[in-house]
Amino acid sequence: MTNPIADMEKAEVILLTGTNTTENHPVIAAYIKRAVQFKGTKLIVVDPRRIKMAAFAEQWLRPYPGTDVAWLNGLMHVIIKENLHDKEFIANRCEDFEALAKSVEAFTPEYVQNLTGIPAQDLIQAARLYAGAKVASIVYCMGITQHVSGTDNVKALANLAMLCGHLGVEGGGVNPLRGQNNVQGACDMGGLPNVFTGYQPVTDGANVKKMEEAWQVTGLSTKVGLTVTEMIPKAHSGEIKALYIVGENPLISDADVNHVEKSIAHLDFLVVQDIFMTETAQMAHVVLPSLCFAEKDGTFSNTERKVQRIRKAVDGPGSAKTDWEIICAISRKMGYAMNYASSREIFEEIARVTPSYGGITYERIEHEGLHWPCPTKDHPGTKILHTAQFTRGKGKFHAIAFVPPAEKTDAEYPLILTTGRVLYHYHTGTMTRKSEGLNERAPECFIEMAKADAEKYGVKAGAVATIASRRGEIKAKVKISETAVAGTVFLPFHFVEASANKLTNAALDPISKIPEFKVCAVKVLA
Amino acid sequence: MNKPNIIVINGQEYLFTPGETILTVARRNNVDIPTLCHMKNATPTGACRMCVVEVQGARSLMAACTVPAGPNMVVRTESELIAKARRMIIELMLTSGNHEDCLVCPATGDCRLQELAYKYQIKAGRFPKTKSRYDLEAVNPFIIRNFSKCLACGRCVQACNEVQVNTAIDFGYRGARTKIITKGDRTLKDSDCVFCGECIQVCPVGALIPKDAYKKARICDTKSVRSTCTYCGVGCQVNLHVKNNEVQHITGRGDAAPNFGSLCVKGRFGFDFIAAKERLKTPLIKENGAFREASWDEAIGLVAERLSAIKAKHGADSLGVLTSARISNEENYVVQKFARAVLKTNNVDHCARL
Ligand code: SF4
Ligand code: SF4
Ligand code: SF4
Repeated sequence: MTNPIADMEKAEVILLTGTNTTENHPVIAAYIKRAVQFKGTKLIVVDPRRIKMAAFAEQWLRPYPGTDVAWLNGLMHVIIKENLHDKEFIANRCEDFEALAKSVEAFTPEYVQNLTGIPAQDLIQAARLYAGAKVASIVYCMGITQHVSGTDNVKALANLAMLCGHLGVEGGGVNPLRGQNNVQGACDMGGLPNVFTGYQPVTDGANVKKMEEAWQVTGLSTKVGLTVTEMIPKAHSGEIKALYIVGENPLISDADVNHVEKSIAHLDFLVVQDIFMTETAQMAHVVLPSLCFAEKDGTFSNTERKVQRIRKAVDGPGSAKTDWEIICAISRKMGYAMNYASSREIFEEIARVTPSYGGITYERIEHEGLHWPCPTKDHPGTKILHTAQFTRGKGKFHAIAFVPPAEKTDAEYPLILTTGRVLYHYHTGTMTRKSEGLNERAPECFIEMAKADAEKYGVKAGAVATIASRRGEIKAKVKISETAVAGTVFLPFHFVEASANKLTNAALDPISKIPEFKVCAVKVLA
Repeated sequence: MNKPNIIVINGQEYLFTPGETILTVARRNNVDIPTLCHMKNATPTGACRMCVVEVQGARSLMAACTVPAGPNMVVRTESELIAKARRMIIELMLTSGNHEDCLVCPATGDCRLQELAYKYQIKAGRFPKTKSRYDLEAVNPFIIRNFSKCLACGRCVQACNEVQVNTAIDFGYRGARTKIITKGDRTLKDSDCVFCGECIQVCPVGALIPKDAYKKARICDTKSVRSTCTYCGVGCQVNLHVKNNEVQHITGRGDAAPNFGSLCVKGRFGFDFIAAKERLKTPLIKENGAFREASWDEAIGLVAERLSAIKAKHGADSLGVLTSARISNEENYVVQKFARAVLKTNNVDHCARL
């Protein structure tokens, strides 16, 4: 997030898209609901489903799934045409405005209505609302990124915020909500194939030299590595021989799990380090037991870039160890002396090699966390990004072309399927499904559909239906809901026994390599 | 000329900003005025009247939580008159409903009414006891509503409507029959309640308690450890309440951003997994298609040997490492360092894309 969570109550307008906030980020949803209810903030919700937040919205726009670039370009078209853009901000802080203006020229409200189904008048009104606000915030989540056009969608959102000067100010910004507790931290720490900690590219000789010195090694690879969505198919084709998986369950969370399972079976060697015997761990050659958040010291970085402490409260089960102790032991066995006495000592090393974490210490975050970048010990942390300039200097507008979703509906597969989470479960359910209470509230998989669709395809509420895509089929109970809009159905992906990802499409965004979870064509049979 | 914004409390002068209540000014300056229904950041209701103070020139005692501070106002926060009024309120609360079983109440030691009764040294039973009109409700997985202990202070209503904005509960049946109800007075299970538990956290007594409270240690008997929620990226700040090497309860930390006490159903109630019997306890090695237990030495040795062998035969880039959005920064750092410095590959990623 460019802005802290608490800023949401300071926004005049919030544009919320691709996030079912009340289910996935309930405490942030509360901030937004309070802003609307008590602070006069106006909310624009753009979502194909009638999510709960729509009830709080001034305007709910309902695009066809996978048409985000079209309506975003449409908003910008209207803003430029009506001269509502922030000329001063654009002149001082941005570049390539002309290219953007040209690229959105064709996206008239009428054209956008054809592509997205959003009535022209609604689009115009939303554009005026967002651009007319003194400060406006954009909040988004996986609904925006899990598309073949995910990277484009994010760029288009940034274009929109820059166009109106809603960046670098309190209450503004472009604010992605991170799904898992430490996604931000995993990225910050270099858990990515192209960068070391703090997004220092592995292809830059100076960074490599710095790390070689810090780690006292030679011969670090300068070649960008593979993403998870590339590793799995390469396991199938034999280029990847061994995988070491820590705390992940790609067998449920990955798009097109049938293929994942086959790929993993091809490996010569699989190690899984986890707290439970997950579906992925079942396939491993060696399983190593690790400790959960309540059993160890350390830090998580939340969605607003705030580095916060976790503390050991209880001893773990059996002989389970922290993930870092296990990895260090293997390193030593392989001839590299990785020795740390505590998580604090590791954190000190992180601060030494990571400029944006340089000023953070356990002492400083004892009571409350700090937002990175925090380069020095006397730096107060950075709550709002881009206040004076962008990371690269000037903010660059990117002309974004509209690419329709990779998979289309047809006579055989007439419905669009989107996937996501429900309030009572988390991700692949490994943890939440151990709770009787959470299971009682959400015991099984369901397919959520509009009444009209249920009637059309002859399925009844509460009956078990078969949902089939071009890749596989599963069974789930039919739930007829106001949330669903005719033509689109929704499945949660927490349930092993009816894994939504057996249906989804593994087509990847060419840059982020994120699979298109949000759109695939299905049919529903009684 | 404008009057200076100075108020006198217990003989001391304090500055205030117009619009601030007497209570706000007093709290800011560490002057203790007891409250029960008052909730920071919510509309003051003046329901419990515990915060009454004497204001010079006023005919009766005033509720400090609702009366705005005024220029040259002179306020006393403790006096015989005030103590008498507060005693009366506490006595009435103690006799309305069932507050005589503190010994077996999960809220003991964490109960505002108990605390106030102690402060003003009040024993239950001066007034005739009134029987509770409403039965206990426990037909949902998370929350017990024990109406016999409800003071109708309204904190839960404010928490639900003004903090979490779930609008699941409100006051119903006014007067002596007052009850906190859902729409249509249905059970929580069939209401708009999403079981965030905010109402439990703000309830000053034992009228709202977690479903499994009777099986767990009381909060006052636990050690509290500050931490961060392990579920979503909001990173809510929590207290883990621990006894006998087990997490007994999780509550929101009221004194820290981003959540200031709020949590959601997963963060507050979804911690059974920590002590689940299915937790992995020892390394496992697969042999002939089945797992067998192994020592750490053996398992680590095997992993090191196999990774080294595959690397020697097929090159470093035939190895891949998936780190995790679930583990700590320190662990992520060590995992990527392992991939890069030991295995010598940049094939390291995590499942954030998924
Ligand atoms: S648990 Fe949450 S939603 Fe339910 S009544 Fe309490 S505050 Fe309201
Ligand atoms: S349930 Fe608790 S918080 Fe709600 S009105 Fe009764 S005593 Fe107050
Ligand atoms: S309590 Fe709920 S909203 Fe807060 S971090 Fe945990 S899962 Fe997220």
